[in-house]
Amino acid sequence: MTPVTQPCSGGRPTAARYFSLLLATAVLGTAACASSRASSGVATPGSDVSTSPVGTAASSSDPRVGLAGGLFDAEVAAWNMSLVSTMPPAEGFVGVSNSDLAFTGDYAIQGNYNGLQIWDISNPGRPSLVVAYLCPASQSDVSVYKNLLFVSGEGMGGRLDCGTEGVEEAASHHRLRGIRIFDISDIRNPEYIANVQTCRGSHTHSVLVDPDDDENVYIYVSGSAPVRPAEELPGCSSGLPDEDPNSALFRIEVIKVPLANPEEAAIVSSPRIFQDLEAPPEHGPSPEDIAELERAKARGAFIIQIGGQEEIIPDDDVDMLLGQIVQSRGGSGPPTAADSTRLRQALPQIAAQMAGDTPEDMGPTQCHDITLYPEIGLAGGACGGYGLLIDISDPIHPERVAAVSDSNFSYWHSATFNNDGTKLLFSDEWGGGSQPKCRATDPMEWGADAIFTVEDREMEFQSYYKLPAPQTPEENCVAHNGSMIPIPGRDVMAQAWYQGGISVFDWTDPANPVEIAFYDRGPVDSTKMESGGSWSAYWYNGVIVSSEIARGLDVFELEPSEFLSQNEIDAAKTVTFDYFNTQGQQPFVWPASFALARTYLDQLERSGGLAADRIASAGLALDSAESASGSERQDTLNTLAAGLDGDAPGSSDPEKVRLLVGVVRDLAAS
Amino acid sequence: MRSRNALWTLATLLACAVMAWSAPAVAQETAPRSDSATTAELEALYEARTDSARTRFIEADVRFMSDMIHHHAQAVVMGRLAPTHGASPSIQTLAARIINAQEDEIATMERWLEDRGQPVPEVHIEATDPTPHPDQAMHEADHAPDAKPCANHTHMAHADHPADSTHGTDHAMMPGMLTPAQMEELEAAEGAEFDRLFLTYMIQHHAGAVTMVHELFGTDGAAQDPATFKLASDIQVDQRTEIDRMEQMLSAQPGEGGD
Repeated sequence: MTPVTQPCSGGRPTAARYFSLLLATAVLGTAACASSRASSGVATPGSDVSTSPVGTAASSSDPRVGLAGGLFDAEVAAWNMSLVSTMPPAEGFVGVSNSDLAFTGDYAIQGNYNGLQIWDISNPGRPSLVVAYLCPASQSDVSVYKNLLFVSGEGMGGRLDCGTEGVEEAASHHRLRGIRIFDISDIRNPEYIANVQTCRGSHTHSVLVDPDDDENVYIYVSGSAPVRPAEELPGCSSGLPDEDPNSALFRIEVIKVPLANPEEAAIVSSPRIFQDLEAPPEHGPSPEDIAELERAKARGAFIIQIGGQEEIIPDDDVDMLLGQIVQSRGGSGPPTAADSTRLRQALPQIAAQMAGDTPEDMGPTQCHDITLYPEIGLAGGACGGYGLLIDISDPIHPERVAAVSDSNFSYWHSATFNNDGTKLLFSDEWGGGSQPKCRATDPMEWGADAIFTVEDREMEFQSYYKLPAPQTPEENCVAHNGSMIPIPGRDVMAQAWYQGGISVFDWTDPANPVEIAFYDRGPVDSTKMESGGSWSAYWYNGVIVSSEIARGLDVFELEPSEFLSQNEIDAAKTVTFDYFNTQGQQPFVWPASFALARTYLDQLERSGGLAADRIASAGLALDSAESASGSERQDTLNTLAAGLDGDAPGSSDPEKVRLLVGVVRDLAAS
Repeated sequence: MRSRNALWTLATLLACAVMAWSAPAVAQETAPRSDSATTAELEALYEARTDSARTRFIEADVRFMSDMIHHHAQAVVMGRLAPTHGASPSIQTLAARIINAQEDEIATMERWLEDRGQPVPEVHIEATDPTPHPDQAMHEADHAPDAKPCANHTHMAHADHPADSTHGTDHAMMPGMLTPAQMEELEAAEGAEFDRLFLTYMIQHHAGAVTMVHELFGTDGAAQDPATFKLASDIQVDQRTEIDRMEQMLSAQPGEGGD
């Protein structure tokens, strides 16, 4: 097709630019109509759409309502948690989005659209910046494993050489979209050692540490942006898989990283974990359809081939298209034979363009994020319109074992397992994180978390959790990244809600999640929307660390309350990791400690699982044992254990009493 | 396949070559931040940096935002028909969410244009024709006196034009936009027929938005600012996801797939 061009002028805008788009418009309509013929025997989440009214949990008495704005001086509301330090971004990173966090040893690694910052947080009250590494590429999602640091690049401006000038050409060999690999053996001097380029870049990634493989780690890459042109990265294709088996759509990428030779990291598989997901069976054209097509061809109708099927372009659309063609050549009156020819010639091209852009009935083309939990052999995949449960026992060949969808969910964004893997929480990043989806008028089921139980590899929906305090239209707010807090015997999580702040909530009862702490600042700017807020809020070795998009790095401590005792907080702090990636969950294992014993005692008191006098005497026994030593300590603990063992059968929570007995016995033996 | 046809070549040829940004957006800096930087200095740096990022765009970015505002506006108009046309509860909920999402994105794109001194198109989403009217153009010119001259020395129709006597057809030509005939058909439909048409046309409409994002990304120099990239990429991802959902809803419509 040769579009009609007109010289640049200040006059009437030519239709030339839209010439083929215009044609595409009409054709698209036909394509969409074609899909409506699809028969279906699959679950249809659309049919159970909730029509519940706007959320009413919003309370004007919530201290988070009405906070004054400011970049570094916004008003604050805090409840049951306190800010112990806040550090502005490094100068080269001020005004550029901070993103996700990873941790290794005493260090927090904070992604930024301009690169990454490494903070020494050994003193949580005074973190110190040790590295500000300029290497632009949104979103700079970060992960660590041993001496390696992995960074995601997705944006158009990311360069292989870390330059800041961007990449102008739509296809360029200077562009990095994929995974950057750094050697952080000397963490104060990261060394950029390798890249793995991927067809859709890397929006996020997850590092899989296979318990049966100590020579490699695996990176699951999720990329949601459009596919790169083959001119930029050979082999990339955005065609449908049945047209092009190498299509970059409908798959994830698995990179194998040999720990001894990380520069040899490469893609080893592209599992199509979405295959046949909710794809309604399509039948071919009926005999009537075929007869109609033949008649249409005989009378010279315009036919376009979409997805292997011929479709008749409706006369109305043909008239409009031809009218536009006439107009675009500056003519008037009825179209000529040349105009018709031009339209006919354009059709295959348009069909090809449309086929590339409108995959039909194929399920999601990508995941946003995958949370791996190797200990239980499963991953939670938050994949566009679906939440997936994935078997990862073979790292290179993950397999989908269950899928859920939910008409209240706009975009399945991230997943978090509880510690024993019996529950899975998905978040819905409605609005992409740039929009104010926590206003009083936004439904509480939208842009929320959805909590599922996991049993026999099936997921069952239990409830939604959404930040209960309304935010202003100037605050981007929606469910975002969070992590479990190792409170023994409970499922407690810290979660970032962008400018909605941080919410800590208990979802032990999956049907009734309850907020137990929060921290919220007023908007970055109370007069207009400026991006900001907590991107991620993760528990790491005793504190909650938050990556604030605009304001830097925040560190918080939990404070005791009626919902959470000091003993529970102390017990949580006994769980420490050498490194931590939120999308690679590691199990919490609590060493025997007095804090752990008192935690169970506190929980039995809260639940009424033991009589008050038994609680009191057990508490005294623990106190005296802790201050004693040798056989006196041992005897006190053994006596306590025996007594509690006798209490168990009569308790409303005998399981917890036995957990307590076990801890007391372990303490006695230590 | 999206990038090798004449359209893209044309778009590339015509893309305004004004790369308003010439210097790197940030200075090289690898040393730890000096503790001496005051809050005021950091705020000034923040302002300077965010302002600087907003100079990093080309005509194709501007055109995308301007076009997408109109494109979104039609979706809002379509969505507003649902309550009065006997749509089923699930379609009404879908429509409510589309309205919520696309109105917010329109606001974001308007801000994007304002922040860059570009004309902000006005859309009238009360009417079923969300396209601009000729008398607005002057208002827009007044509205943005310091608008970049970019639009004037290319002939890319990116917004509304004083001499556009065919107003309503320009943006209607964007991919996926409903034709006047389709819009009338939707307006005339009721109940189950409305549901079916709404889904069919909204799928068409969303697919067009995805095409527009691909067009943007296929243009040299476009979407370099992460804010622009994110906005466009999010639109593409969200609408693709919603297309999937609507395809499912469509196959579950009464009379569909029952054979």
